[in-house]
Amino acid sequence: MEPRPIILTVNGRTHQVALKPNVTLLHALRDLGYTDVKNGCEKGDCGACTVLLNGKAVNSCLVLAWQADGAQITTAAGLGTVDHPHPIQEALADSGGIQCGFCTPGIVVAAKALLDRNPDPTEEEIREAISGNLCRCTGYSLIIEGIKAAAARLAGGER
Amino acid sequence: MSQGESPELRTVGKPVRRFDALSKAIGATVYADDFKMPGMLYGKALRSPYPSARIVRIHTDRARALPGVACVLTAADIGYAKMIADIPGQTGQRERRGSETPVLAWDRVRYKGEAVALVAAESEELAERALELIHVEYEPLPGVFNPVEAMKPGAPVVFEPDNVVARWKIRKGDVKAGFAAADLIVENTYRVPFVEHAYLEPESGVAWVDERGVINIRVSTQVMEHFRTIARTLGVPQNRVRVQGAFVGGGFGGKEDITTELFLALLAQHTRRPVRLVYTREESILAHSKRHPYIIHHRIGVKKSGRITAVQIELIADSGAYPYLTPYVLLYSTVMATGPYRVDNVWVDAVAAATNNPFTSAFRGFGGPQPCFAYESQMDEIARALGKDPLEVRRVNYLQAGDTTGTGQVIRHPPLLEETARRALEALGEKTPDHGPVRVGRGFASYFQSYGRLMWLHDTSQAWVGMEMDGTVVVRCGAPDHGGGQLSSLCQIASEVLGVPMANVVAYTPDTALTPLAGTTTATRQLYMSGNAVFQAATAVRRVLLDRASKHFEEDPENLDLADSRVFVKSDPDRSLPLVDLVRMCAAEGLPLSNLALFKAPFRDPIDLETGQGDVFPDFTFGTFAVEVGVDTETGQVTVLKNVACHDVGRAINPAAVIGQIQGGSYQGLGYALMENLIVENGEIKTPSLSEYLVPTAVDYPTTQVILLESGTGVGPFGAKGIGEPALTPAAPAVANAVADALGVRIYELPLTPERVLAALERAGDRS
Repeated sequence: MEPRPIILTVNGRTHQVALKPNVTLLHALRDLGYTDVKNGCEKGDCGACTVLLNGKAVNSCLVLAWQADGAQITTAAGLGTVDHPHPIQEALADSGGIQCGFCTPGIVVAAKALLDRNPDPTEEEIREAISGNLCRCTGYSLIIEGIKAAAARLAGGER
Repeated sequence: MSQGESPELRTVGKPVRRFDALSKAIGATVYADDFKMPGMLYGKALRSPYPSARIVRIHTDRARALPGVACVLTAADIGYAKMIADIPGQTGQRERRGSETPVLAWDRVRYKGEAVALVAAESEELAERALELIHVEYEPLPGVFNPVEAMKPGAPVVFEPDNVVARWKIRKGDVKAGFAAADLIVENTYRVPFVEHAYLEPESGVAWVDERGVINIRVSTQVMEHFRTIARTLGVPQNRVRVQGAFVGGGFGGKEDITTELFLALLAQHTRRPVRLVYTREESILAHSKRHPYIIHHRIGVKKSGRITAVQIELIADSGAYPYLTPYVLLYSTVMATGPYRVDNVWVDAVAAATNNPFTSAFRGFGGPQPCFAYESQMDEIARALGKDPLEVRRVNYLQAGDTTGTGQVIRHPPLLEETARRALEALGEKTPDHGPVRVGRGFASYFQSYGRLMWLHDTSQAWVGMEMDGTVVVRCGAPDHGGGQLSSLCQIASEVLGVPMANVVAYTPDTALTPLAGTTTATRQLYMSGNAVFQAATAVRRVLLDRASKHFEEDPENLDLADSRVFVKSDPDRSLPLVDLVRMCAAEGLPLSNLALFKAPFRDPIDLETGQGDVFPDFTFGTFAVEVGVDTETGQVTVLKNVACHDVGRAINPAAVIGQIQGGSYQGLGYALMENLIVENGEIKTPSLSEYLVPTAVDYPTTQVILLESGTGVGPFGAKGIGEPALTPAAPAVANAVADALGVRIYELPLTPERVLAALERAGDRS
């Protein structure tokens, strides 16, 4: 099939792109320069490419770009910047839950989706929420501490 | 400030936020796969579908004719190039026999996934299409898939002259007399599987030829010094190859050998265009090294007290299709085979054999975890047979200061082994009772593991530290950072020595053109080696600053200190100057505000090849891992209930980073114990992706409680030891001991899958 023009709204920016139907959202986003969306397996095993699609965390490698036509897409880079990091990003940096960092953007997004629907999660709920995001460096514990700390910061009124 | 003392530390020892953390959290860190060049081509490798076959002919015409294909390379196009896959780095050591590995296979393939051809095309899709158009005529050959079979007469030879890749031995004391004096002899055979690194970032890079004619390779690697191997393989001068190291998305030893570098360099050299090459996950699992499977025969004699009288150990490792670092991994296993115990009579025979399996090489622990599974299982078997407490059996054997290892190396400082074991066991707290079909068991394992490279390699690291005119600091050090916080720790050391906040220090990612060579990020050496180099360089700058300040204040430099970007008189801190003023004074007089330091590891001659005796490593790390498990006797499922890791880390430069290393290493070790198993049948990987090869997720194991001991006796900066690799080593045997405690019967093979647990229960049932 031929490329079809679609609209991808990413982190508040609108992109009109013409894509073939077999292009995944992961590749579409990376080609647009959203390299914070990481490619770790391309089959939904690792979670490194997690983005928010209309507020829901998805593996962008399992979504076709066409399916995201007109949707609101948020990546880790859309949640905060160096000067204004999101409390989840700040808390993960402080907790020591970031080593090689390749899984981090996906985990930030998964944590955002969790805290949006459950602002005060238990440790088990956090573990469950990031169980689709593999991390090979940390053993997850300091990531979980970071997400707990982020929940507390958010409850305290940050953002 | 001198090393090893306990000065009042301002930055070192604090759990500071790593300088790379926030940029990773906001997704701003640029990894090797995130980098593009204008006019870039896409590279791909064609890989063998057979584990053992003769290549009759390679037809590339159709691929070359495909529009958009810039280049197709086979071995014939690259002069049948071979690379030296030997211990990497700047050592200048002569290579071993058999270390030459074809870059692209031409006469035969020796493992499934071996590269046969390369393409570069205008798009990834076109490159894939071009691979499909290459036709390789293969004639399948008999293969050998087991190291024991490989050493039998008449076995298919993987490469000439025979399949033995390496042998090492230890002969110490009188083993015969030792066993004769024993009251009990315990003899068992242990097996461990292939393990996949499964770093989240697949191998990736971009290469181009610049305006100087220099081949630039921006790549995910643990070893910058591969530029030398690349130059030699390409037949270009070494100063015409530049490697730029990106932040690495996990390495664990799997990016210690060359991965994409040579393919990238060749394609860029032949096309004169930038080329990008990224492995898919499946290609990564297919094409990079694995942890060695071992068969370990372990025979140990003890007195009634538990005191060891002799050990005899046979180690058999599967090298896979090429040697890579197998001889060194096997040497590490040999050296560490006796465990952290005083043994006067030692006999070790270690051998590695080539097979047509995936090749094996470096993986966190580098030959340490395999023998640890055997020797720590054996210690518990001794305790069971003697009816003694497992800690008591270890206590009478633990290495003490002044004792020697199996190779005769003297342990210089108290190893604190008993303390690590007591603290770890205490922290497990009250025992969880059995519940329903679940039996609860406890186990622990102690270990010793080297940090720093083999002492005869003349290992060095260089670092440059400079102070800018505004009092900020730049660290240039060619140390790849694959997530352990290597560069951040270097910043912290410079910050400490120069009395500036962490935020005022920048360290650059390594680049062979711009950062002094610092050696490999392997062997748990970077904090030790480059930490010392940065300490030396920063100390030299500090000396210049304090000498100049001494004139200003008319005080002895010893009575001056640097902190919070000020210089001050220690006995009268109100007499102080902003650092920036002092820097200007120095600059005005042309005093050197930068320093390039070279840290050299201590040197020893190689061990005696007949006896294995000699000093091997600069130092060792010691510790204990303790665990409580629940074993479901109906399903065979093992659940980790509690786990504690206690290690003497010498000094924690950044305690948050150290805890992260230990928790991460422990988690990998728990995966090794219970889950991870790269299944290889007749040379074919049956777990080819992360859907089949399972690594632990966030719901699999509870948090590892970490207890840090800080003896200050390490050979790293401020008395630090290395912890990156040691963190993993003791977890698996501790779990095996806990499962044996729960069931009353031992499992001798990793991982401890439900099937194996149920089979063990059946055996136990047969017995009773």
